[in-house]
Amino acid sequence: MSDVNTAMVQKYRNDFLKEVEENVEEGHWVKMCMQCGVCSGSCPFGPDWAHPPQEIFMMIRAGKRDEVLTTESMWMCTSCYNCIVRCPRELPITHIMHGLANYAHRLGIAPKMNPTRRFSIIFWNNITKTGRVNELALSLKLYFMDGFMSGIKNAMAMASVGIGMLKTKRLNPFALINHKGVKNPKQLHVLLKKAREIEDRRKGIAS
Amino acid sequence: MAKKEYSFYPGCSSERKASASNYMVSVNAMCEKLDIKLNEIPDWNCCGASIGYAEGGELPRHVMNARNIALSEQNNPGQDIVATCAACWLGAKETADRLDASEQLLADTKEVLKEAGLDIHLKNEAPIRHMVEVLIEDIGYEGIKQPMVKSLEGIKFAGYVGCQTNRPFGVDGESFENPMYLDKMVETVGGEAITDYERKVTCCGGALAFSEPEKSQKQIKDIIEAAYDQGADMIVTPCPVCQMNVEVYQDQINKHYGTKFNIPVTYYSQLLAVAYGGSAKDAGLDGNIIRAKQLEEIAAK
Repeated sequence: MSDVNTAMVQKYRNDFLKEVEENVEEGHWVKMCMQCGVCSGSCPFGPDWAHPPQEIFMMIRAGKRDEVLTTESMWMCTSCYNCIVRCPRELPITHIMHGLANYAHRLGIAPKMNPTRRFSIIFWNNITKTGRVNELALSLKLYFMDGFMSGIKNAMAMASVGIGMLKTKRLNPFALINHKGVKNPKQLHVLLKKAREIEDRRKGIAS
Repeated sequence: MAKKEYSFYPGCSSERKASASNYMVSVNAMCEKLDIKLNEIPDWNCCGASIGYAEGGELPRHVMNARNIALSEQNNPGQDIVATCAACWLGAKETADRLDASEQLLADTKEVLKEAGLDIHLKNEAPIRHMVEVLIEDIGYEGIKQPMVKSLEGIKFAGYVGCQTNRPFGVDGESFENPMYLDKMVETVGGEAITDYERKVTCCGGALAFSEPEKSQKQIKDIIEAAYDQGADMIVTPCPVCQMNVEVYQDQINKHYGTKFNIPVTYYSQLLAVAYGGSAKDAGLDGNIIRAKQLEEIAAK
């Protein structure tokens, strides 16, 4: 993965804005930011961003490539879309943040242990396996992502939630065995593989 | 023949023994009384939700939604696609918008779907809609009132609209900062709505309730506290993620903050199902972890 990163550094040299415009979802909007800061002030997790969106936009223009792509900031996005509806220039900020996070992840330089990055991967693998969310597998995978002992601890901490969901029939206790997805998951995998190939080709990322 | 008919995208959480299975039960009861027929999109798949972005990227995410739209066009031609889940609605609508705006993205998506013998036209001029839009726009408040046999009088509701039913698309004629439709729905069936509920559109943390539990629970605490502050008996919401996050973490929040939260979190469809004479079971009230006793009492009358 770091090879892809090196290749991108060489390709764009010091023009990080161009790199973002060409490779990040909705990245062509970045230069439209007028630094008003409404996005940063509107974000529910705003204080937890080392660099709030407004700052990220300026950092991109200032060529601060490493700082932007390795920060945990974008991973604080809850997808609440507050920034989008309030932005006076109507920048699709949520999508740009997702796009930056995805790009950093694909380059292999996103923060490895960031919990939202890890959860996002678990989630995508969960839904694409059968085509529909397996909620039991999703929770278990999340609790046990740091190994068995911490998994037991997490599961115990969440026991009251799980029992509540089971009692009200909102969780299938046998989902590891009898979870149903789409009729032909293999065909869905073919579609997603092809989609990824096309996307990588368009963005110049060799997988 | 049913008065209204739609192509229905139920989504993962609405399935039997899934986290919003009781939402689905109440939607079925509600739609029966309103003479709404929901034709499920055969073999639909997950929308990818928002949180799928890191691994999913752009085109794979759109392909997930495009497959559903293609299946709907093929099997339920000409019918509006209706979703009950905020994330499903957002995901499908966003994909339709993006494909409509980019010839390249549409061509790529078509190329991918061909592998499964599917095609997407987007010629279906009917938009992708949320169930609350169907209620407000197609049925109307007068129509919502029609099947009513019981009033929800005496119950005070904090209408928690949340994020994704409200942003970025929202409902026509409503503001992002203070949407009124949920309050109007409550009042239509006789309940008391706290129209100036402060946390009406505050984010519950969404999927980050899993990955950043402390930060999310702080949000949830604010949402519940404001409901109590304004004297709410229960919270009502149109979103399965909002419902779950605000309901199931109350124990943990109590432990962490020393609060004594124990407030029911219901769906608009549960309110309507009860007002239409449904039993507690018809309204999926047996699916609420914190029981909505006042609604159950009205349902039992």
